[in-house]
Amino acid sequence: MSTMSSNQETEVAENYSLFPDQRGHFGPYGGTFIAETLMEPVRELQRTYLHYAQDQDFVKEFDWELKHYVGRPSPMYHAERWSKQLGGAQIFLKREDLNHTGAHKINNTVGQVLLASKMGKKRVIAETGAGQHGVATATVAAKLGLDCVVYMGAKDIQRQSMNVYRMRLLGAEVIPVTSGSGTLKDALNDAMRDWAANVDSTFYVIGTVAGPHPYPMMVRDFNSIIGREAREQVLELHGQLPNTLIACVGGGSNAMGLFYPFLNDKNVGMYGVEAAGKGISSGEHAAPLCAGKPGVLHGNRTYLLENDDGQIIEPHSISAGLDYPGVGPEHAWLKDTGRVNYVPITDHEALNAFHDLTRMEGIIPALESSHALAYATQLAPTMAPEKVIVVNLSGRGDKDINTVAAIEGIQV
Amino acid sequence: MTRLSTLFQHNRTSQRKTLAAFITAGDPTPEATLTLMHALVSAGADIIELGVPFSDPAADGSIIQAAGERALRNGTNMQTVLSTVALFRKTDNVTPVVLMGYLNPIEIMGYDVFAQQAAKVGVDGVITVDMPPEEGEALVHALKSNDLDSIFLLAPTTAPERIKSICDIASGFVYYVSLKGVTGSASLNTTEVAERLSMVREYTDLPVGVGFGIRDANSAKQVATEADAVVVGSAIVQRIAENLEDVDAAVICVSEFVTELRQAIDSVKWSE
Repeated sequence: MSTMSSNQETEVAENYSLFPDQRGHFGPYGGTFIAETLMEPVRELQRTYLHYAQDQDFVKEFDWELKHYVGRPSPMYHAERWSKQLGGAQIFLKREDLNHTGAHKINNTVGQVLLASKMGKKRVIAETGAGQHGVATATVAAKLGLDCVVYMGAKDIQRQSMNVYRMRLLGAEVIPVTSGSGTLKDALNDAMRDWAANVDSTFYVIGTVAGPHPYPMMVRDFNSIIGREAREQVLELHGQLPNTLIACVGGGSNAMGLFYPFLNDKNVGMYGVEAAGKGISSGEHAAPLCAGKPGVLHGNRTYLLENDDGQIIEPHSISAGLDYPGVGPEHAWLKDTGRVNYVPITDHEALNAFHDLTRMEGIIPALESSHALAYATQLAPTMAPEKVIVVNLSGRGDKDINTVAAIEGIQV
Repeated sequence: MTRLSTLFQHNRTSQRKTLAAFITAGDPTPEATLTLMHALVSAGADIIELGVPFSDPAADGSIIQAAGERALRNGTNMQTVLSTVALFRKTDNVTPVVLMGYLNPIEIMGYDVFAQQAAKVGVDGVITVDMPPEEGEALVHALKSNDLDSIFLLAPTTAPERIKSICDIASGFVYYVSLKGVTGSASLNTTEVAERLSMVREYTDLPVGVGFGIRDANSAKQVATEADAVVVGSAIVQRIAENLEDVDAAVICVSEFVTELRQAIDSVKWSE
C-alpha cells in the first residue's frame, strides 16, 4: 500500500500541468502577498479568469485575435547555416519576433486586455522596463478603446525614448517613476499603488509570469500558445519532439510560454537563460535563480536578488527586458524540482550571439533573446547533428540598435 | 496582559481615545528616532508605530517612501530597528511599540528568530502589510508563541466574510484603512468610514484603529468619533522631512503637531 501511495505522489508531483494549486502556490513559491486593499480585486480577477479560461466564446475570441491581429502562428525557422557553422545540433528558432509589435509580449496583453473589457474596466495600467510590454498593452488598449497608463522608470524612459514615443502615439499616458531606483521594479510598485487607489475602474496588466495569483498562471497560459505551436511545428518538420528548449528568463514569460506545454515530456531538456550581466561573480547581474535567494516581492514568493537585510538589490543587464531582481514563481519551482536548468549568460556573450545571428541568418534578435541564442552556441556543438534545439526568439532587435551602436562607440 | 491590551483597557476605563503615531525607524538617523519616540509619547501618543524600511514599499505613498529611502541610505536594518526599541524600553516600559513593514526583511531572518528577538527587546505587535492572513499562518504562529500581537489591516474593499476571518486571527487591535489607496492619500470620507466601522464591530470586540489619510487635527477628531484609535503617519513623517538638518527643530515641530492631535481627539465625547 505504502509503495503505491508514494508512486501516486510521485506521479502527481511530476504532472506539471496541475500547478499552481488553488491558492496559486507552486510548491513553496507563488501565492498572494499583497496589501489588503488589493485582495478583493485580485480575488475577483481569480474568479473571472478561471471562468473565462473555460468559456469557449472567450477562448475563440482570443484565438481569433492571435491569428488575425497578432499574426499567429509564428513561424518555426530552421537556422541551417548557423547550425552548420556551430557544428552540432540543428537549431530551430520560434519566431516570436515576427508578431505584431515585435515580441511575445502581445500574446499576454491581448488576453488580459480582452479580460479587462469583459470585466467592464475602462482603464488599464501597466509597468514596463524596456517598453515592450508597455507598447503591447497600449496597442491592445487602443484597439479596444480603453484608457491606458504605463509606469516606466525615469532612467528607462531616457534609455528607451523610441518606445516611449510609440506608447504616446498609441494614446497611452507614460508616467515617469522616480521613486527607489527609478527602474522596472519601482514602476511595478507605482502600478500597484495606482491600482490600490483606482481598484473600481482599473485593470492591472502585469507583463510577466510574476505578481500575485492568478497572474503567474494567467500570463503563462496566454503565452503557452508559443509552446503549443512549437510542439506541432517541430513534430511536422522533424517527425519527433525537440530534444532541447532554450529561452531567456527575466520575469520569465516567454520561457514559461515555450516550456509549459512540454513540461510533462520527460525527454525534452529545458534551459532557462538568465542575464549574468558583467558576470555572476561581479555582483552586477540579473540572475536570481543562478545567484539569488527565496523571498517575497511584488505579490509572490520566489527567488530574488536581495542583501542580507532582505532589501532588494538593483539588477544589471545590457538587456532592459531582463533587468528585474525577481523571477516568476513557477521558474523558482522548476529550478528546485530540477525540471528546468537555469544557466547564466553575460552581456558580452549575448552581444556576440546578437551579431552572429544577424550576420549568419539575416535576423536581428532582441538583446533579451540573444541570451538564449548565446547559450545555444555553447550547447549545440556538444550535441549530435540529428538532435533538435528550439530557441525562443522572443523579440526583434530593432529597439536595441542604439544600445548596440553605443557600445561600439557609434552614434546612430 | 500585553501592553496593548492594558492600554486599550485603561483608555476605555478613562474614556480616552487612543492615538497611534507612526514614524519610520532610522529617519533621519537611529538616534533621532529614539528621541522622536520619547517626544511622541510626551506629546500624547499612546502607541508608537515604528516603520521598518523596505526597498519596495508598494503600499506606501511618496512621503513614507522617501522616509524609508533616507533610513536605508544610512544603513538602517531590522537589527538597528530592534536596537532602537531596546533603548526606548530602558526608560519607557509602558507605551506599546508596533512594528509596521513588509514581509521580506522578516522572511530573511526566519519567523521564529524574528519573533524571539522582537519580543526580547520589547516589541508588542507586528503589522506586515503585504502578508494577508491566507499566507500568514506560520508568522502569526511564531508571533503568538512569543506573546506578540498580529495586527491586520482591513480595507474599504474587504468583503464581510473576509472581515470576520481576519478578525478571528487578529489580536491587539485591527487597523481599518480609511480609503482606497496608499498611505498619505488625500480624500477621507468619514461617513463611509463610520458605516464600515459599524460593520467591523459586528465581527469583533477588538479595538479598531483607523489610519491612512488623517492629516490634521480636524480629520483626527472626525475619525476619533468612530474609532477606538486614530493612526497618524505621513503627516508626522512630513514634518520630520521638513527638518532633516535639525533634529531639535523636528522634535519641536512633531511635538506641537501631536499635541494638537491629542487635544482634538480628547475633545471627542466618548460614546459606547
